[in-house]
Amino acid sequence: MSRWRWFHLLASPPYVYRLAERLAPWIGAASVLALAAGTYGGLVLAPPDYLQGEGFRIIYVHVPSAYIGLMAYVVMASAAACGFIWRIKLAHAVAACTAPVGASFTFLALFTGAVWGKPMWGTYWQWGDARLVSELVLLFLYLGFMLLRSSFDERDKGDRVAAILAAVGVVNVPIIHYSVEWWSTLHQGATMMRLDGPSITLEMLIPLLIMIGAFTLCFAWLILRRLQAEILDRERRTRWVEQLVTGGAS
Amino acid sequence: MNAYVTLFARDLKLALRRWSEFATPLIFFVIIASLFPFALSPEAAVLNQAGTGVLWISALLSSLLALDGLFRTDVDDGSMEQLILSPTSLSLLVLAKLCAHWVVSSLPLIAIAPFIALSFYMPVDALATLIVALLLATPTLSVLAAIGAALTVSLKTGGALVGLLVLPLTSPILIFGTRATDMAMNGESAAGPLYLLAALAAFSLSLGPMTAAAALRVSVE
Amino acid sequence: MKEFLAMGGYAVYVWAAYGMTVVVIALNAWAAQRRLRRTLGELKTTAQPEDPARRPTVRKV
Repeated sequence: MSRWRWFHLLASPPYVYRLAERLAPWIGAASVLALAAGTYGGLVLAPPDYLQGEGFRIIYVHVPSAYIGLMAYVVMASAAACGFIWRIKLAHAVAACTAPVGASFTFLALFTGAVWGKPMWGTYWQWGDARLVSELVLLFLYLGFMLLRSSFDERDKGDRVAAILAAVGVVNVPIIHYSVEWWSTLHQGATMMRLDGPSITLEMLIPLLIMIGAFTLCFAWLILRRLQAEILDRERRTRWVEQLVTGGAS
Repeated sequence: MNAYVTLFARDLKLALRRWSEFATPLIFFVIIASLFPFALSPEAAVLNQAGTGVLWISALLSSLLALDGLFRTDVDDGSMEQLILSPTSLSLLVLAKLCAHWVVSSLPLIAIAPFIALSFYMPVDALATLIVALLLATPTLSVLAAIGAALTVSLKTGGALVGLLVLPLTSPILIFGTRATDMAMNGESAAGPLYLLAALAAFSLSLGPMTAAAALRVSVE
Repeated sequence: MKEFLAMGGYAVYVWAAYGMTVVVIALNAWAAQRRLRRTLGELKTTAQPEDPARRPTVRKV
């Protein structure tokens, strides 16, 4: 029993609300510091690439946002699955908070990818690039999840139905990715230039890792803040929320 | 298994009685395909190149439209609750309904498709491959459309939302289906994409009915 | 400084990418904070001030 106490606590809205309240400022501060360090490292310290010159510096925002876009979908789908299987309302709340954040970072990945593609490929968009096309499908999946969830009047039903959609998406994203890859190799072979260079030096890699960490922290901060609002919204009729907002002792 | 056969026969009979419901998507298919030449060009070279894509996109939209109401009447008249409560597994019953609807909506579509293909100047030798590709692809399309229909069955406005949910997921079918057709048109062997279509069909037929059944349970409860 | 801003001829692309990143992160942060503040504010106005008479009384046994 005691070994699983932390697990039960994580399903308790008041506990998670207070945990988020306590953690968020620290994570937010750390994320601002890391973003500043990573941007400085990426724009100033890292040497220009011998092929792409200064243009490669877009990597420091493109790769982290693509990573967050994908990671957020995994977080969202796992949270939704936990909510569906064990009927944990809080898990559904996490999934609901993750969707818009994940969608916005996926959009950012598409935008930075297109802007990077113009000088490197000569075109903003290339249908043959499996990763860009998969990101686009991912964005559609996020939008579908949000639209489906919000079209139900009963929040509970919307949560559960959207959880099934998220699971279907998890199964389909790899299939779509590999079929686009198969398709593009038939059309253009190996001439296509990939967005990341074949080799990356340590001086280039360190800012990238810092940026990925910074984006992850930023993502965590956004989820915590959104989760707090979502918890209050869902628990608005409970005693602890009433005490919280009226300043009563809990 | 008995329940499967009974439900299959019932849905088939109901569909044949309401023939206008399954005729509409077919006519839709023909009309969409025949609008494309107006948008593109009447030239044989252009139509020959675009024909495969036109055919597959039209087939995709039409099968999505055909399955929109797959569960709606059953949910509205309460027979879905009976199916959920019945001792037979709901996935199996969903599969029965899917098969019945595939017979009345996809089979006629596959029968019409060669004529549309010929009007787009597709060589006659490629028609066999086109038919096989459609036979392998339509089950997956039906399964995806059924999942979309099950997810939105308790909503008043399903239609457009189903398209938004399902269409992105159909991209592999479109890729393999058009590749198989194109390869056959160029006189190559289309075995590769056909195998992949078959794999997708097997995969979606094994997991899809379960997913749709879960969505129905949530929607109806 | 000018050289840094020019980004070796890639200025438009690099600064567009970084600019959009700033916009997306800032909008996200703003939206999250605003939602929390609004929810708290809304709950504060709807919640009644602590009124002992309104509380369900618990009798001590």
